[in-house]
Amino acid sequence: MSVAGIIRGARRLPLSGKIGLALVIFWIIVAVIGPFIAPYPPGSFANEEVFAGSSRQFWLGSDFLGRDVLSRLLSGARFTVGLSVVAVAIAASIGTGFALTAAVGPRWVDELLSRAMDTLISIPSKIFALVLVAAFGSSLVLLTLIIAITYVPGNFRIARSLAVGLARLDYVEVARARGEGRLHLALVEVLPNMIKPLFADIGLRFVFIVLLLSGLSFLGLGLQPPDADLGSLVRENTSGLAEGALAIIAPAVAIASLTVGVNLLIDAATQGKAH
Amino acid sequence: MEAQHVDVRNLCVTVRRPDGSDLRIVDEVSFTIARGEVLALIGESGSGKTTIALALMGYARSGAVISGDITVGDATLGGNGKASLAAQRGHRITYVAQSAAAAFNPSRRVIEQVIEPALIHGTATAAEARAHAVALFEALALPDPATIGSRYPHELSGGQLQRLMAAMALITRPDLVIFDEPTTALDVTTQVEVLQAFRKVVREQGATGVYVSHDLAVVAQMADQILVLNRGTVRERNAVRAVLETPADDYTKTLLAAARPVIKAAAPITAVGKPLLSIEGINAGYGPVDRNGRAAHPVLTDVSLQIGRGAAVGVIGESGSGKSTVARVVAGLLAPTAGTVSLDGQPLAASLKGRTREELRRIQIVFQNADVALNPAHSVGEILGRVLRFYHGTSGAALNSRVAELLDLIKLPAAIADRRCDELSGGQKQRVNLARALAAQPDVILCDEVTSALDTVVREAILELLAELRRDLGVAYLFISHDIATVKALCDEIVVLYKGTRVESGLRDTYAAPPFHPYTDLLISSVPELRTDWLSGVGSQGKVPFAHLPESADLCRFLPRCPVAIAGRCDVSLPPLRTMAAGNAVLCHRTEAELAGEFA
Repeated sequence: MSVAGIIRGARRLPLSGKIGLALVIFWIIVAVIGPFIAPYPPGSFANEEVFAGSSRQFWLGSDFLGRDVLSRLLSGARFTVGLSVVAVAIAASIGTGFALTAAVGPRWVDELLSRAMDTLISIPSKIFALVLVAAFGSSLVLLTLIIAITYVPGNFRIARSLAVGLARLDYVEVARARGEGRLHLALVEVLPNMIKPLFADIGLRFVFIVLLLSGLSFLGLGLQPPDADLGSLVRENTSGLAEGALAIIAPAVAIASLTVGVNLLIDAATQGKAH
Repeated sequence: MEAQHVDVRNLCVTVRRPDGSDLRIVDEVSFTIARGEVLALIGESGSGKTTIALALMGYARSGAVISGDITVGDATLGGNGKASLAAQRGHRITYVAQSAAAAFNPSRRVIEQVIEPALIHGTATAAEARAHAVALFEALALPDPATIGSRYPHELSGGQLQRLMAAMALITRPDLVIFDEPTTALDVTTQVEVLQAFRKVVREQGATGVYVSHDLAVVAQMADQILVLNRGTVRERNAVRAVLETPADDYTKTLLAAARPVIKAAAPITAVGKPLLSIEGINAGYGPVDRNGRAAHPVLTDVSLQIGRGAAVGVIGESGSGKSTVARVVAGLLAPTAGTVSLDGQPLAASLKGRTREELRRIQIVFQNADVALNPAHSVGEILGRVLRFYHGTSGAALNSRVAELLDLIKLPAAIADRRCDELSGGQKQRVNLARALAAQPDVILCDEVTSALDTVVREAILELLAELRRDLGVAYLFISHDIATVKALCDEIVVLYKGTRVESGLRDTYAAPPFHPYTDLLISSVPELRTDWLSGVGSQGKVPFAHLPESADLCRFLPRCPVAIAGRCDVSLPPLRTMAAGNAVLCHRTEAELAGEFA
């Protein structure tokens, strides 16, 4: 798809889609250049006062240790955005790949994959993460993989039910009767028709991943201080909740705008394809 | 003089196009219906007939706007409260939908659903409504009228559900009943029963009706007046007999011509040498196969047929007869449990895996429903191009010109190659569906009900196209249909299937006059004819002697429905295959003389 084509597609989006697109683009930009424009290093104790309000020096006030919230937000966005995008991409690729294999493959493959996924889904994600971090030590790569694996079974289930339904349709039968291989059936005949509901599912999973990431950080399994993603910014400032500190409101609004933006965009883009 | 019961003046229904402009799908339609009369709305899909019927209930699909004057009894379109059409819906004005199977809630007993309108609108107590429902069931000739209501929808057949839905529509003693293609989805043999039941109750109740259909012959049995519609405008309005006998409008004449398919110009068959495709003693079914080689749900039993080069063989039967399974076995999609399929005398592997690409190329299958047979994610060009690349390795400019050639062959403009299938009309889709098979340059095309989902006019055009392609390309057809008139129009040889057994086979001309198999006779006599007194004349063959017997694999399958079965012969052993003087083979205990006498 050419750049002009993407712009034309964006123009045709409904208003909600345009808002979503603007929010997503904003967060991508923040994720890329955030650390360079941050006024203070994210770990420096810049303000003597904790939970300070907005001022000219500290636009979004200070956190529970007197660090600049704006700087921490700008540096933390890249972890939330980057890690979630990579993790959801890995989860969706593996889940959908297995789902297509199950749909066009022989029955025993479907059975095997489905039971394997059932096993995986029965392991609590936090315990799973705890074991792996204990075994291998915490790192960004490991964190991404843990989160991705956690969300493979969910994606597999949705994608499999879609793919199995589509694989029974006449146009797949015709392709089968033509003598097409399984790869063609899966990628050319089935996959394009399940993209739409699949993206709706991916949007939901993106939100879950942001939440899981902050949950893991809370347990000390996620990002190690002084690095912090948006979720851990909320969590570490919970003591400021009673005073309505900007330090907790700002990252919460950031998470909300990111996830709402992603979902608005996906909803609008997939609806547009139907007409 | 009493005012007309239903009075529609200058009815327009407008929808908004995606670009914002208005599109009138119903344009200035006016008509009246006297009390106790039935008006038929007839036209092909897109003519606005259903939209008009729904407008009579004050209902328009989302985004559509109704304007004009509609009066039904005391209610008007713009009336307030009780006097509006919308308030009368389900009470004074009721609706019978096309697919009763989809209109019933599968988790509730049918009686509760049938009496629900009466309870909601408070026209009767539950006990009265139940009694009325049973009376209606009886009038509609449903079996066991007293107890049938306690069953669930999945325990009933399509024809029974359609009649139950009519009972639901009549339970409130409405002023106006709207029938929206109520028999289109049924087999011909079932359609006759349902039509007879409908006509009886409509007459008995003196109900005023609107009957929406695309089938003139069906309408001729049901209606007093016919309104012919095309693209939302009225083309002609007259009494049924006048429309059928002296149509005034050109469009009506087209419809009438399409309703009587004429035998298509076909290449003379050169039945020399070995048959191109031959099927010998096929047994097939679904589910796991047991030790004796029988499937858990057997569908086909010992089916054989031959197709010569460039010949057209028709397979007919009602739903559940296994006719589509024949196509799936030939295409290799379903491995038979016994028997062989051979192409040019060479036996083919049972399943797809064992067949070479060349063998696959020579047999192509075309499915009934082009909506699901064409991948909505691909353009027409991609769909056709894939077949060309796959079998012939065509690419680049040669590919584009070949796609254009194919589109030309099926009489579509070359520009359509860039369009997606969901932008095409039903007839166009079916042509593309056919073109995909032609792209392989096959020897045989298996046509599975390819014309069944189409309007009569479009069907006529597709049949014409099939006949031309056969003449020009020499391709052979295995043409599967439930409609004997369509099969007769295209095929030189016809095989009749009943519950997976071949009960009759022969050349087309042998189906013009008896002797036939009793089932063939039932099929032929069930096709509605274009005269108003047809329905009164059919189905008077008398009782079926073995209706109480369950169907058995050790006896004639047709025994429980056969009107001419003989005790001591038919209920004892399997019937023999008899060859008649005209050349048709009939699987029946009755001799040729007996069959000729019975159906003369």
